[in-house]
Order: sequence, then C-alpha cells, then structure tokens
Amino acid sequence: MKIELGDVAALARGCAVLGTGGGGDVRTGALAAKRAIQEYGAVPLVRLADLPGDALVVPLSGIGAPTVSHEMIPGEGEPERIAEEVERLFGRPPGAVMSSEIGGANGVAPVAWAARLRLPLLDADGMGRAFPEVQMVSMYVAGLPADLVIMSDVAGNVVTIRPVDGLWSERLARAVCVAAGSHALMADYVLTAEQAGGAVIEGTVTRALAVGRATEGTAEPLEALRRELGAARLITGKLTDVERRTTGGFVRGTATIEGTGDDRGRTLTVELQNENLVAVEDGRFRAMVPDLITVVDTETAIAVQTEGLRYGQRVTVLAWPCDPLWRTPKGLETAGPRAFGYDLDYVPVEDLTGAPAEGPVGVAGE
Amino acid sequence: MSERSLRVGIDVGGTNTDAVVLDAADRVVAKAKRPTTPEVTAGLRAALDAALDAVIDVVIDAAPARSGHVTRVMLGTTHATNAILERRNLGRVAVLRLGAPATTSVPPLSDWPADLRKAVSAGEAVVPGGHYVDGREIGPLDPGAIRRFLDGVEADAVAVTSVFSPANAEHERAVEELVGREYGLPVSLSHEIGSLGLLERENATVLNAALYGVAAHVTEALVTALNERGLDATPYLAQNDGTLMTLEHAARLPVSTIGSGPANSLRGAAFLSGVGDAIVADVGGTSTDLGVLAGGFPRESAAAVEIGGVLTNFRMPDILAIALGGGSVVRGHGVGPDSVGYRIAEEALVFGGATATMTDAAVAAGRTPPDAAGWAGRLASGPDRSEGLLDMLQRAVAVADGMVADAVDRMALGRADRPLVAVGGGAFLLPPEITGVSRVVRPGHAEVANAVGAAIALASGRVDTILPAGESRSKAIERAKEEAAGRAVAAGADPGRVEIVDLVEVPLSYLSEPAVRVHVKAAGPLAR
Repeated sequence: MKIELGDVAALARGCAVLGTGGGGDVRTGALAAKRAIQEYGAVPLVRLADLPGDALVVPLSGIGAPTVSHEMIPGEGEPERIAEEVERLFGRPPGAVMSSEIGGANGVAPVAWAARLRLPLLDADGMGRAFPEVQMVSMYVAGLPADLVIMSDVAGNVVTIRPVDGLWSERLARAVCVAAGSHALMADYVLTAEQAGGAVIEGTVTRALAVGRATEGTAEPLEALRRELGAARLITGKLTDVERRTTGGFVRGTATIEGTGDDRGRTLTVELQNENLVAVEDGRFRAMVPDLITVVDTETAIAVQTEGLRYGQRVTVLAWPCDPLWRTPKGLETAGPRAFGYDLDYVPVEDLTGAPAEGPVGVAGE
Repeated sequence: MSERSLRVGIDVGGTNTDAVVLDAADRVVAKAKRPTTPEVTAGLRAALDAALDAVIDVVIDAAPARSGHVTRVMLGTTHATNAILERRNLGRVAVLRLGAPATTSVPPLSDWPADLRKAVSAGEAVVPGGHYVDGREIGPLDPGAIRRFLDGVEADAVAVTSVFSPANAEHERAVEELVGREYGLPVSLSHEIGSLGLLERENATVLNAALYGVAAHVTEALVTALNERGLDATPYLAQNDGTLMTLEHAARLPVSTIGSGPANSLRGAAFLSGVGDAIVADVGGTSTDLGVLAGGFPRESAAAVEIGGVLTNFRMPDILAIALGGGSVVRGHGVGPDSVGYRIAEEALVFGGATATMTDAAVAAGRTPPDAAGWAGRLASGPDRSEGLLDMLQRAVAVADGMVADAVDRMALGRADRPLVAVGGGAFLLPPEITGVSRVVRPGHAEVANAVGAAIALASGRVDTILPAGESRSKAIERAKEEAAGRAVAAGADPGRVEIVDLVEVPLSYLSEPAVRVHVKAAGPLAR
C-alpha cells in the first residue's frame, strides 16, 4: 500500500482525532506531506513484518512550541541531515521512517519526511495517540535504552546527544530545542525492525487513515466516527466554560460541557494539559489517561484541539481504550494519571462507561 | 466640524446599496436604498445620488444649505470580496517570503485554489531572512537573492512575509525600501496585515497586494462621484472590524475592506439602539446574520477566516448566518433555504405574486413593517385563501422563530440578559419576544443600519505580537499600546481621543522563557 496525495486529508483528520486535543495542528504537516508527495511520489506504507530484521527504523517527531512551528515552519533539509547522521553512526542507511506520535501534527508530517528521504513509512508509532513528554513513548515502556537523540534545526545544525537516561534525554533535547529557536526535528530510539517488535504500536497509520475516512461521505459522521473508534460517547452538548492556566511550561485547563438533547441536565468536565486527560461527571470519573478522550464537533465530527475549545461550541466527547501497552504497570507509571499529577488509580474506560469497547486495532506485542 | 456639516455613509451589500446622511448631531436626515448593480460602481453612484438628492430636499426644508456641507463620505463595499471570488481585476503579485532555510517545507500559496493562484501569482520565492521567536535573525537579508527573483518576474506588486515579523518587522521594511527604490513597485508588508501564523498571514498579504488595482478603482470612483457633485468631502473606507481608514491607508491595506458589511451593520445597530452589549440580528432578503456587540464593537471570530478558498488569520466579526430572510420560500414542510431574493416585490403573495414567502408568513402572523400599507389586505384577498395556506404560513412562522431562537442560543454563550437588536430590511419578521434575550429592540432607521455604521465609525489600529511574560512585560505591553494608538492615528483617528479598546493576553506553552501573545486594539473618532 502507498500513501497517495488523495490520502493526506483523511490521514490528517484521523491524526487530529487520535491527538486527543494535543499534538499540534495537522494543517501545516498535511501541506508539507502533499507538497513532498507531489515532488517525490507516493510513500510506501510497510508493516514491520515486511522489513528485514536489521533494517533501521528512524522514529521522527517535531518538537517545540506549537505557536512557534505555526510561524517558523520547518525547513525541508532537516530529515536528510538526520538520515545522514544515522548512517554515519550505524554504518548503514535507514530502512524506514516511523512517526513517534501518531496524534496531531507528528502523525501526518512523517509522510513528508519519508517522501523526501525516499523511504517507506512504517505502519506504526510510539504512542497510538499524543503525549506531551519525550519519554512517554512505547519504546521507553518496552525498556529500550534512551541513549541516543539526533536533532536537526532549520539553520542546518545537527546535534547528537548520548544521554544516560530518559530524564536527561528530555532535559537536553529541550535545551537544544530552545537554542534552535523552539522548534527542531528529532529522532530518538533509533531501532532495528527486530527490536521494534513489541516496542512500537503497530497499525496506527492505517488506523488514522480509517478514522479519517470514516467521516467521509456519510450523513451521520459522528456515529460513523464513534463506531470506527469503538468509542463511548461521554456527552453531547455545549461548551459552557473553558478555563486555562499556564504552569510549568504547560497550559493546563478545564473544559465544561453541558448536555443538550438526550443529555440535557448532565455536565461533564474535561481536564486538559495540552491533551485531554481526565473526564469527570458528578464527581465520578468517566475516562482517564492513557485512554483516549477527544472532543469533536457534533455536526462534522472534526476533532477540536484544546487551544481551539471555545465557549458555545456544540461538541461531543468520545473516549476509547488505549493500546494495551499503556495499561501495563510500566505503561501506567509512564503515562497513567499519576504521571500527570492526578492522585488516582487508573480504571479502564470500558469499566467506567460500561460501553462494550472493541479492542483497538494493531495491538503490540501479542 | 461645523454645526451644519453632514456625513454620508454608504454600504454596498450583496443585494442593496444603502446610503444615509447624518448631521453633526448624528441624526439620520436622509436615507436611500438602491439595488447593487453588477458593475458595483454604478450602484454606488446611484445610491449616493439618491441620498444626496433626498438630503438636499431635507436640508433645504430645514435651513438654507447646499450639499457643500457634506464634509465626510464613508464607504463600505464588497468590491474587494467580489474581485477575489470572481478572480477579476486582480493584480499580479511577486510573492516573497523571508525565512530560508526555515519554512521551505511548505512553499508560499501551497493551499491556494489553482485558478486563484494562476490569476494572482507572478512567481514565488523563499529567500534568507526572518527572525526566531527570541528575536535573533534566522539569517541576514540577501539583497542579491531578492533582486534575482524580482528580475525574473513580471509583477504589479510585491508581497513580503518575514518569519516572526509581527514581533520584528525590520527585514520587511528593508525589502520595501529596496523594492521601492529599485523597482518602483508597491509592496505589501505582512506585519501590517496579519498576526502570527505564517501561512495565513502570507495569504492575506498576497491577497492585499493583488487588490491594489481594485482599491485604486474604488477610490477613483468615489472621488469622481464626489467631484461630479462638487462635494469637497473627505472620503473614508470601512474595514472588517467596524472602523474606518483614510483612502491613503486603504490604498495600502485594501484587504481590510473585506467583511466590512457585517461589521458596519453591528456598529450601526449599536448606534441606532444606544445599546453597547447585545445580540444583533440583521435580517435581509435571503439570510439573517447574527453577531454580538461587546462594548459597542463586534465580537471577533477566533476561528481562521477563509476568503475565496484561501485561509487567512484575519480578525473578522463573529457572524452566524442562517438561511432565513424576507424572501425565503415557504413550503409545506418548512422555510427556505431558497429565496426569491430581489424578485420579492413581484413574487411574494403580499405583492400580488404567487410564491409564499417568509414575508407573507410574517404578515399573516400580524408582523408587518411600518410602511406595509395594504399588505395584510392583499394577502387576505389573494386567490388562495384556503385554510391550508394559512396553516402552512403559521407553521413557517413557528419554524422561523425556532431557527432564530437556536441561532441566538449559539451566539449568546449562555448569557440571556442582553437585548436583541433587530436591523435590516426584514427585521419585522422577528417575533416580539425571543428566548435567550432580555428584550427585542427595534431602532428607527434599522433598514439602513449598515450605512449608518459606516457613517459613525471610528478609526483604529492594532498590534499582535509575542512579549516576554517576566518583569519587562508591563513595559512591553505599554509599548504595544503606543504602537496600536499610533496605527489608529495613521488610519485617521484624532491623536487626542484614541483609546485602547481591546487588550488580550494569551500565555504560550513549551517555551523556556515564559511568554505571552498580546493583541492590542486602539480606536478613536476621526480627526477634525
């Protein structure tokens, strides 16, 4: 299978849904992807099983402030410079590009990077959604060492970091990012196809495409999306309050949705920290991170980013199960409620909502 | 301004061109409505002529006066919008972006509809320049690269967009000087046009450069129309935020005239009703535009605005349009969305026509405009007096009232304590009470609220930039305020009466140094 020009819009829509409110705006990444496909041709989408065991998989992501990348759009040379550095370090060229984070901008932009490098895109990512911190990836949960980070910026600099652990990886990568003007392209956890088995979340590009396509040409996009995701509908209503505050470099906030129609009289609040993290109704939890919570426009089923939440919007909140990898003890320790400062034990969304949740597509390590 | 000085406000809308004349005490002394002609300028002259003819009569009745007392003419027009939508009369633009090697992954005009890009672009280039978020240069300007690009294109104007120019416009200004000196072409600078968000700002800047010819045409038509009448009045153009700019300013920023219609209508509604915080419903022939007044100014849309298929980050009034107007066709199951439009005077039942319209339904429900002598009678004596027709009209009124209530709810954001100001030619369609508002206000001259809005508008200026959130924050905000006030004065405001009317701070995430994005708007009455 190949990702063609006509697939980019659906992929971008799907990535926005999997972004759970964060992950950055998909529009610029989609434009870059279209442009690169026009110039270099369609991008082969490969499964892990298609790659030789020693093929190098390069997980890529843009890091930095979304406001900055909306203004200082990435250059086109960054992927080549990272690929060259990978080849220099490993003695052979990369075999495939992978999205580190399928949710949001970093889900669709890898199509542009793969096209430019004339490499296939691996049908997998490191999150199955979006997360705000560098160590919140499946490769970390799987126990792969965070001992190499390669970054390249718009100016043409290449920085290779050999951190001692994930914490230093995050700290040093942030410092480089700031020096580079608060935006850079980053490769971390460069791994072989053999290592990737069980350490990446497979099938997520295909899933984003399917999620994006679900809302095309249907009279009921919301229900089509809910069915495709296997999601529980937490509430349909009107956004009546959005409160935001900046703490520790992150924008935290609370969105309040008052039910309309069949949900009249109910109120759901969603706690945000770049992504939607926790949904609460009447003091009871309805869904919590790492399960996925996305706010969509009730009419169009288009995902609404946390910074796009506005008073008066007619929205529906959907929640569905994360990849099982995130429900392991190490997974919850990395990206469970406590990792975001909520003093509560994780309960799966299907237990909280009673919804007959279907398992997510592309389960890792089974 | 002398006591007998008059102001003329003109609004060129999709269906009608309206004109009003206001005296020095802001009283409406004359008004006129003429159909908007396909060649917009002719309709503009007709409405101006009609309003001035009417005012001469009025003024002559009141006091010995001639039209020479008209000191100002304010024009809100759809010329620019139409030029973009129809891809007509657009100039060829050399599109120059300063930011290489950054930003090259998405070249200029990537998301433009192919036909518009073909009509507008003389060529595109991304050359070195621009700044980082922290103020450092991404790279120095390369005059050689700029000359090589401009030597190879045939353009009527140049659009320059530099990375982070809303925070540092140095490179854009340098390019303007170079192009003016060596090529003699007009230059659109992105920091004068849009806010942060490179692609959207660049799009608006290119559209702006493409509209220089249209702006010159409008300006010329207006000046000619005034000269023909021997009027020694200062002309102004209305812009999208409900404020005015001088013709010199409009010649630089023609793209700002797009969307002035709804803004004028909102400002006019505020003025005529004396209510500064309200929901405004402007009911036309085909649709009803709902907007919100906050402190006398239109609430602005937070979403990106599309013009002719191109995304821009323009600040536009937050408008919700619903398919309900005086000409909306009524059928067994509901109302519209189609409308008989300007043919209403022949087709509606109350005018002896054969199509049941929303106007007929309103009249059947006892809602009539002040000048509707004989309408109800004609409806009652029409060929179809069946119970079926009356039932259908009754149902239509219920459906229409439901549409309005739902739209009001969407715009009101949970507040039910504000009045609704009903304006536009179809305002009589609206019920005396509407759920979600405290009361329904129907000001006089409501049918020409848009032209009144143009006539009473202030001049404004705005600044949108990123500032440090630390100790230097308050000083930096003061500077931004001064800059916005300076821009308002440049647009024609009285330096002594400019006020800061809007100040919004948004904290930014993922930056090492805390920073805020600041938006400041200043506005003031026109200088005497």
